Amino acid sequence: MNDQIKLGRPVLLQGNEAMVEGALAAGCSFFAGYPITPATEISEAMSVKLPALGGTFIQMEDEIASMGAVIGASLAGAKSMTATSGPGFSLMQENLGFACVAEVPCVVVNVMRGGPSTGLPTNVSQGDVMQARWGTHGDHPIIVLAVSTTRDCFDITVKAFNLAEKYRTPVVILSDEVVAHTREKISLPHPGEIEVIDRIRPNMPPDWYIPYEDNSRGVPPMGIFGDGYRYHVTGLIHDVRGFPTQRRDEIVPFVNRIFRKINQYFFDILMVKEELTDDADHLVVAYGSVARSARRAVREARERGVKAGLIQLITLWPFPRQIMEPYLRRVKAVLVPELNMGQVSREVKRINQGMTRVETLNRIDGTLITPDEILVRLIKM
Amino acid sequence: MAEITKLIHKYLRHEKKFPHVWCPGCGNGIVLGSLIRAIDKTGLTKDEVVLVSGIGCSGRLPVYVDFNTLHTTHGRALTFATGVKLANPSLQVIVIMGDGDATAIGGNHFIHAARRNLNLTAIILNNNIYGMTGGQYSPTTPYGALATTAIYRNIEHSFSIAELAVTAGASMVARGTVYHANMLDGLIEKAIRKRGFAVVEVVTHCHTQYGRRNNLGGPVEMLRWQKETAVRVEKAQKMTPEELEGKFTIGILVDRDLPIYTQEYQKIRETAKARMAKAR
Ligand SMILES: Cc1ncc(C[n+]2csc(CCOP(=O)(O)OP(=O)(O)O)c2C)c(N)n1
Ligand code: SF4
Repeated sequence: MNDQIKLGRPVLLQGNEAMVEGALAAGCSFFAGYPITPATEISEAMSVKLPALGGTFIQMEDEIASMGAVIGASLAGAKSMTATSGPGFSLMQENLGFACVAEVPCVVVNVMRGGPSTGLPTNVSQGDVMQARWGTHGDHPIIVLAVSTTRDCFDITVKAFNLAEKYRTPVVILSDEVVAHTREKISLPHPGEIEVIDRIRPNMPPDWYIPYEDNSRGVPPMGIFGDGYRYHVTGLIHDVRGFPTQRRDEIVPFVNRIFRKINQYFFDILMVKEELTDDADHLVVAYGSVARSARRAVREARERGVKAGLIQLITLWPFPRQIMEPYLRRVKAVLVPELNMGQVSREVKRINQGMTRVETLNRIDGTLITPDEILVRLIKM
Repeated sequence: MAEITKLIHKYLRHEKKFPHVWCPGCGNGIVLGSLIRAIDKTGLTKDEVVLVSGIGCSGRLPVYVDFNTLHTTHGRALTFATGVKLANPSLQVIVIMGDGDATAIGGNHFIHAARRNLNLTAIILNNNIYGMTGGQYSPTTPYGALATTAIYRNIEHSFSIAELAVTAGASMVARGTVYHANMLDGLIEKAIRKRGFAVVEVVTHCHTQYGRRNNLGGPVEMLRWQKETAVRVEKAQKMTPEELEGKFTIGILVDRDLPIYTQEYQKIRETAKARMAKAR
């Protein structure tokens, strides 16, 4: 593994390693994890690099513990992260919900592999899109981003930390086995070129601090343990002071606020890459490793006179409905290739409401969808 | 002002969170009192203390006290505390758990926290039952006792929390009772001052869910049982196994100096830095 990465110069990295570089560039100083294929290299690289930078890596006894430690570290001021795959992600869900309710910034990487259960541990899948959105219990918003290249792994991880800090929320990055293990030559940006955002801290006298008070952003400034702003943190629905409440007039504004803080900044959170879409008749909607196959297929389709275009989703949740709708109104057909039984296609169909034809291309055998398979379908459409 | 009033004004969130949720006569209030007196004796400032709890009646304790307080998920308090401590080792992190919280759902975290030896204080309120959920049997419910999920009597054998902690490698392990409140103050204070993972098992009573169902009486009778059944470890050493039958020991069970995780990790940082510098 690369101990030393010279920024600005080309390096050969796999997706998992690039994620570590991205996290460190964003200021991550705490990582807790439990080994699982195909996410393990993230833990391994963190264990080497974090201590050298004065941060902390710890291998916990399981993923539940890892997620707990990540939340604790964030509350004590660290930018913190964990990385796992399917079964581990399932174990993290209860504490992920805690982070949503207590508004604790953190980044959770799920390198998707075949499932359910121990499934196809070493094979690629995109089966956790819905779990990332709805895996934990109860109503809450969440931000979920998907990576498709090694360079993405760097950039989107930086972005994930920034969004987490800005909106005081956990951010999930969905990677997959192919993205995680593909080695590519990339140039990493200089630290000066990277935007790094830190959580807003309270600056009023501590006695005046109301830890969960609403403001125009919907994101209260965050005190951290030990800084003089003492308050109560709980997974219970709480009042503006952080204390448990069962009052209707406190529950409803609280839940509304945590939704509002994400909805209000929808376009800041939203990331899509559009290619050849301006005049497209046929649209491919793809994400993760499949987006690469789709890009190639769309370019080849154009060479053969098929007016195809690609929308690559980076932000999966909140779902980029506003971006999709104008296309759905206009194009002749949409194809959603994905490595599951149809999780994003279901969402596309949900917002489509009969505007156009939505076709799916699904693979669940642990292998990647090839550009040819998409091309063949595009030509037939 | 009387000493007690001063402490109440200094530490309790009295204007915000009272009356508390506990049943009248519950032992949890005595533990809260002990904890406050112990922290006061250590001279720690409120900003230096982080109180972390799990879920259960005992888990509600931190809400009443004016520290940095964190009420986590059921069984996971120690994992959150681990993150807090590692991110800022200068904080004094004290973890409050119930017996079900710490040894059923959180059993794995408990033994690993003991083994890992971070400088944390774990206070486990052992009332032999799941109080908050209404009296189901827990890993410390005695064999043969009654619970809502053991109306035909409990056929499982109970853990000794303190002995489990000793075996798992904690630096300091003590057991106290809420009846011996003065002693408890001292045990908790010592545990807070201890460098390393320190556990205090507090034998307490849940008369509502456990005592009543098992004909053990109310708080007074249950406290009397604690008085009569607890034997100080020093005294126990001079007693025969027959004399100790049916009794439990209180006091400090283990106090040993072991390398602390954060100190060890500092060494890793030095090594890693040196290696990176060489590679440059
Ligand atoms: C994951 C999960 N499972 C179950 C519960 C329900 N639950 C709440 S408190 C509790 C038991 C508490 O018992 P104990 O830890 O002994 O504490 P006590 O209430 O007796 O103080 C349980 C099972 C929960 N909150 N979360
Ligand atoms: S149910 Fe038991 S443990 Fe809970 S408050 Fe009542 S007496 Fe205390």
